[in-house]
Amino acid sequence: MNLVSQTAKSMSTPNSSVSWKSGEPDPFPAGLRVLLVDDDPTCLMILEKMLLNCLYEVTKCNRAEMALSLLRENKNGYDIVISDVHMPDMDGFKLLEHIGLEMDLPVIMMSADDSKSVVMKGVTHGACDYLIKPVRIEALKNIWQHVVRKRKHEWKDIEQSGSIEDGEQQQKQTDDADFSSSANEGSWRKRRKDEEDQVEDRDDTSALKKPRVVWSVELHQQFVAAVNQLGIDKAVPKKILELMNVPGLTRENVASHLQKYRLYLRRLSGVSQHQSGLNNSFGGPPDATFGSVSSFNGLDLQALAATGQIPAQSLATLQAAALGRSTTKSGISVPLMDQRNLFSFEGPKLRFGEGSQQPQQSNNNNKQINLLHGIPTTMEPKQLANLHQSAQQSFRGMNMQVNNAHGNQSSSLLVQMSQPPQSRPQILNDTNVNHLSRLPSSLPQPTLSGGMPSSAALARNGMVDNARGAVYNSVSQASSMVDFSITQNTDLPGNSFPLANNPSAITSKGVLQEEVNSEMKGSRGFAPNYDIFSDLHQHKSQDWELQNVGLAFNASQHSNMQGCLDIQPSVLVHQGFSSNQNSLQNRNTSVGKVMFSAGEESGHGNAHNIDQQLNTFVADNSFIKAESLPEASCQNMLFPEQFTQEDLMSILLKQQEGLGQVANEFGFDGYPLDDLPV
Amino acid sequence: MEVGQLQRQYVEYTTSLFREGFLDSQFTQLQQLQDESNPDFVVEVVSLFFEDSERLLNDLNKALDQKGVDFKKVDGNVHQLKGSSSSIGANRVKNACVAFRNYCEEQNTEACFGCLQQVKQEYVLVKNKLETLFRLEQQILAAGGSVPMME
Repeated sequence: MNLVSQTAKSMSTPNSSVSWKSGEPDPFPAGLRVLLVDDDPTCLMILEKMLLNCLYEVTKCNRAEMALSLLRENKNGYDIVISDVHMPDMDGFKLLEHIGLEMDLPVIMMSADDSKSVVMKGVTHGACDYLIKPVRIEALKNIWQHVVRKRKHEWKDIEQSGSIEDGEQQQKQTDDADFSSSANEGSWRKRRKDEEDQVEDRDDTSALKKPRVVWSVELHQQFVAAVNQLGIDKAVPKKILELMNVPGLTRENVASHLQKYRLYLRRLSGVSQHQSGLNNSFGGPPDATFGSVSSFNGLDLQALAATGQIPAQSLATLQAAALGRSTTKSGISVPLMDQRNLFSFEGPKLRFGEGSQQPQQSNNNNKQINLLHGIPTTMEPKQLANLHQSAQQSFRGMNMQVNNAHGNQSSSLLVQMSQPPQSRPQILNDTNVNHLSRLPSSLPQPTLSGGMPSSAALARNGMVDNARGAVYNSVSQASSMVDFSITQNTDLPGNSFPLANNPSAITSKGVLQEEVNSEMKGSRGFAPNYDIFSDLHQHKSQDWELQNVGLAFNASQHSNMQGCLDIQPSVLVHQGFSSNQNSLQNRNTSVGKVMFSAGEESGHGNAHNIDQQLNTFVADNSFIKAESLPEASCQNMLFPEQFTQEDLMSILLKQQEGLGQVANEFGFDGYPLDDLPV
Repeated sequence: MEVGQLQRQYVEYTTSLFREGFLDSQFTQLQQLQDESNPDFVVEVVSLFFEDSERLLNDLNKALDQKGVDFKKVDGNVHQLKGSSSSIGANRVKNACVAFRNYCEEQNTEACFGCLQQVKQEYVLVKNKLETLFRLEQQILAAGGSVPMME
């Protein structure tokens, strides 16, 4: 399909001058990487041709979710997004918000509707331009200016992050997270622009390279520790920097990392909420929550909710289920079910808002943070312990687990966790049951209350089941999974979507995602891990190795991913290393990092999920560690660890694809190829 | 028929289509987008438009046939049809859609049905015209000539 090829094309040839990583001379604006989203096939084709005539690189998709997942998968793979306002699966403005929050790319809205109110909406939601259909090629010729402008602003933003109140910025983010008024975001952007305007000499239009700090696992761990010590609400870059006491680290570095971290947290909470919303079982509130909150928020909350909400028990169950699918599945599911019942849809939901998550319903963002803080508390020790172990790795696992969801719920959790719950579950499921087991533990930890609901939410109903199914299969046959993944990988040269179904695919996806181009590679790398996992539950060291392998992949992929995660590349790499260290802490950290990055990149759903988990992880490292799933989780945990990183990667990647995948997941039972935009 | 004659016919026909409002400058844009790397671009896009429009028209028919008409959905469909028809330059179809949307806002089912018929009619007309146009192009090419570029 065009999309695939286009995706591959745009991914594999980041020759755009706008790409920060390219050091070659830019034939700017030629090669500008445009992501085009429109459900109208006629317009899509015409616009694509026009953009190609402008010498831009075009990736087109006809679904917003697909676009989001593409973006999450490859954060730095696009320079600008052009989207239609009226789309069936997601409102164009919602997509706009998501992109702004997660990827911060310039977005141009377009519509045949030229009424003032709609155009105003575009402005307030932060669109950098608004085109009226029919679009003429002249209008497209100059879209590169938005990319340049934004980069300029970002550059200045970085420069000024030190001078600018970090707190302010963070505040802004928090505020922005509160999507109650889209104007926030707009004002935030405006603010940044204003700040930038003050700095006149950022004329480096074509290659605005920001100094990048490599956020290694250890570094991130230190960061998270510092943040936790200060309290997420009070964590300001200056203090964090002091606590971290890392020579050479600037406040700006910390500030931007903190921004991303917050986004990640937000996403986690939002996703969980979103998930719960999705889940019918939850009933009205979730939907309301979902609906009321901007999609982003909703997702975050949901994610959080999912993560946090998932009761430790359910998580444990999930994990157990995931882990012991083959064996204790039935057993586990029962308790799980009970748990679910306990939560009952309304319950969890409420929990969402009131539970550890805190009233996420309305403000995901705020809740997220709360959630995170509160996560440890909600988790039951035992479960937490389990979770912890699994959590570390289970970050992915959680997702997986959720996906696998012992019940639908669990999978839903996982799904939810990963923002595009739908996509996630798939991924997660694939990744491994192990992961699943891990995830649940981690999930529950954060927010027990949300446990049930979140899983339900996660389960996207259809998706979860599928996820579970997938997971289930994977669980019972690790090897098969592996094969699966391998196969999957091959199948998807450029698409991570199909992988979603495969647990292994997921992991590979994670890897692949990193290098979109070489999915195969990723899966291959991961596949072996699976094998190992299944074979050596107990061998952590091996796991580490595997992880490393996976991570190595990631690392290599990393370059491909490039944009995926600003921090991630380093994180990923580090993760591999850290896993070697065999320290749970590291794992968590790495996982966290991955999650973090994942969260950041993918933005909504995926990121959230991961972030949440990660946050949960990080935040509750000790907590989690203490509690490991009593059941086979340990064994599974080991695996999950490996996967975790990979899972994280995949999740991250997934996140990027998340949206697309999610969609797929809904309909998937196998590969969500159907959902792939043609 | 010899090439020159065919080409003249083509030019006259195209001019009349523009004059009568069946096509507008957007169609010219499409023609200008066509190049050697994409020699059938216009035909492809227009075919896509036909497919999509027929689907939309069917959906519209179904939607208006319901007991409880979902005007939001109807409006959405019409909006999309408006967007795609304007993108290829099917001017009269687009205008019919604009009128249609007004009645959607009023939630007047009867009037909407009338509008739907109007849109359908315009669609069929422009479809025939374009198909004739493409046939002419083929004839010119078959006779060894090149299709005149309209300004």
